[in-house]
Amino acid sequence: MTRTSLLSALFVAGLAVGHSATAADASGQMIAAQCNGCHGFEGKSVGDAPSLHGRSAALMAKAMMDFKSEARQATIMNRIAKGYSDAEIQNVAEYYANLK
Amino acid sequence: MSIKRRQFIKAAGAAGAVTGLSLSGLRFASAGSGKHVVVVGGGAGGATCAKYIRHFDSSVKVTVIEPKTEFATCFMSNWVIGGLKEQDWITHTYGDWSAKHGIDVIHDLVVDIDADKQTVTTRGGKTVSYDRLVVSPGVDMKYDTIDGYSEAASHLVPHAWHAGPQTTVLRKQLEDMPDGGLFVMASPPNPFRCPPGPYERVSLVANYLKRNKPKSKILILDAKDKFSKQGLFTAGWEKYYGYGTDDSMIEWRSRANDGTVKAVDAETRTAMTTFDEIKADVLNVIPAQTAGHIAHKAGLTDDSGWCPVDHMTWESKMHKNVHVIGDAAIASPLPKSGYAANSEGKVCAAAVVAMLKGNDAPTPSWVNTCYSLVTPSHGISVAMVYDSKDGSVSKVKGSGGLTPKGGDYTLEAVYAESWYLNIVDDMFG
Ligand SMILES: Cc1cc2nc3c(=O)[nH]c(=O)nc-3n(C[C@H](O)[C@H](O)[C@H](O)COP(=O)(O)OP(=O)(O)OC[C@H]3O[C@@H](n4cnc5c(N)ncnc54)[C@H](O)[C@@H]3O)c2cc1C
Ligand code: HEC
Repeated sequence: MTRTSLLSALFVAGLAVGHSATAADASGQMIAAQCNGCHGFEGKSVGDAPSLHGRSAALMAKAMMDFKSEARQATIMNRIAKGYSDAEIQNVAEYYANLK
Repeated sequence: MSIKRRQFIKAAGAAGAVTGLSLSGLRFASAGSGKHVVVVGGGAGGATCAKYIRHFDSSVKVTVIEPKTEFATCFMSNWVIGGLKEQDWITHTYGDWSAKHGIDVIHDLVVDIDADKQTVTTRGGKTVSYDRLVVSPGVDMKYDTIDGYSEAASHLVPHAWHAGPQTTVLRKQLEDMPDGGLFVMASPPNPFRCPPGPYERVSLVANYLKRNKPKSKILILDAKDKFSKQGLFTAGWEKYYGYGTDDSMIEWRSRANDGTVKAVDAETRTAMTTFDEIKADVLNVIPAQTAGHIAHKAGLTDDSGWCPVDHMTWESKMHKNVHVIGDAAIASPLPKSGYAANSEGKVCAAAVVAMLKGNDAPTPSWVNTCYSLVTPSHGISVAMVYDSKDGSVSKVKGSGGLTPKGGDYTLEAVYAESWYLNIVDDMFG
């Protein structure tokens, strides 16, 4: 590890501690891996659940925020979306949007 | 010892060009190629973890050791027993998967793990060394908790709690059962693989009997006083199978009501509780469970018979460089389910990839969802999202829960099948 990357790692760690009382946010890759169980590997569904692969980040984030607030009703996604912070929803939306 | 010494000297020779590496880094550098991860067990946890390690870092070499060439998933094996699907539908092979992801598969049984030398030994006599080991052997049945029950007796009186030949045997016994017959299930004490599983099985057996042998009855002899999704199951049983009336197809006898099966006679298909003796036409005995044998043999279990692990990495608290995932691990509040094994497999994969590079494991996140069918078109579910608190898995408050009142059971049944197709694709595709 170079000196600068060490310093920046320490800086990020410092921020994470001051983040909030709740747990640190997980990355888009980590969260998406968990969604894949229902939405298929890399979000390419082979069943009736919708595919998430390559969806626009804005639409995905809106759908998740609507599930979270119950503005949109669904069979399971309300129960799932409530498990993530707004930042995590942004992370996972961007992750799927950037998949090629 | 001499090998390590030689490797060190060789690596030290090369080190002039790569200054600043740690000692362990030098040792790995000497191997010339990527690091090697061995995965014991190619089931729900093991297959997922192997695939995601390669997905996260294709420079890591992965070898899966699994005795079976065909893997039948326990999930949806109740659908086969209930006659909704054929055995083929739940059976998966490793050939295409291995080629597609560049994973070596050795069809053999691991009989020993040497955590100091970092090697595993197989029944076929192979010794394989690893940088990190992932163990996902699932559960073993504790036959000796029920008098007269044994591996041999389970061929007559199947548990069908490992999918495969026993799934087919139980299906066949149901088909051969006369109308007016009695199906008896001995349901196990906690903790066991798939908490809603026995009750989904009863539901789908009832669905089959109602259509084909409507005079038949089902008796659940339970070693517990309550069970997973109980309210949703019993509401469904009331709706479809007369539960709670004199004419109910299903009777549930709790532990407090002398439900615990203490002994069986496999020849006569008789189950014995403390005060009762019941002769069944089809007897399905699901005994108490423990971590798969290899976990015990390798000293990965504690007094509970399950494997204590660090939830941030799934590294064993008993042995370094060995990770345990799936049903064998102490994962609570995550249940012993296929979804949880899949979820843990990914968190473990990310940790293994990071640790091999000398980095910290990333912030974890887990999901579990268990769908069950009450009838082929009435699905129910329980879900939860988890994060970590003080280094342990913790439920995210406000997330998850049961299918809500007035939920769409028809759609849940559709999405149950969709879940299966996608999770199997995620594991074995
Ligand atoms: C009837 C039933 C219904 C279920 N339904 C659901 C459901 O709807 N949803 C859900 O999420 N879960 C369900 N489950 C639970 C799910 O099947 C398990 O939780 C899941 O399979 C656990 O994964 P695992 O990797 O720990 O074990 P397994 O998937 O059992 O894999 C273990 C593998 O390790 C291999 N192995 C064992 N020992 C060795 C050794 N010494 N060397 C090499 N290989 C070895 C075995 O051959 C096996 O292939 C159900 C279970 C049952 C019984
Ligand atoms: C237990 C299975 C399951 C899990 C886990 C799951 N989903 Fe879903 N998802 C579904 C189903 C089923 C639907 C259809 C809507 C419904 O009834 O819930 C859906 C719908 C969606 C939609 C709406 C798509 C559209 O076309 O309108 C989005 C977006 C979505 N999921 C994102 C996610 C993300 C992101 C995750 C991971 C954080 C995730 N899902 C985890 C099952 C799941």
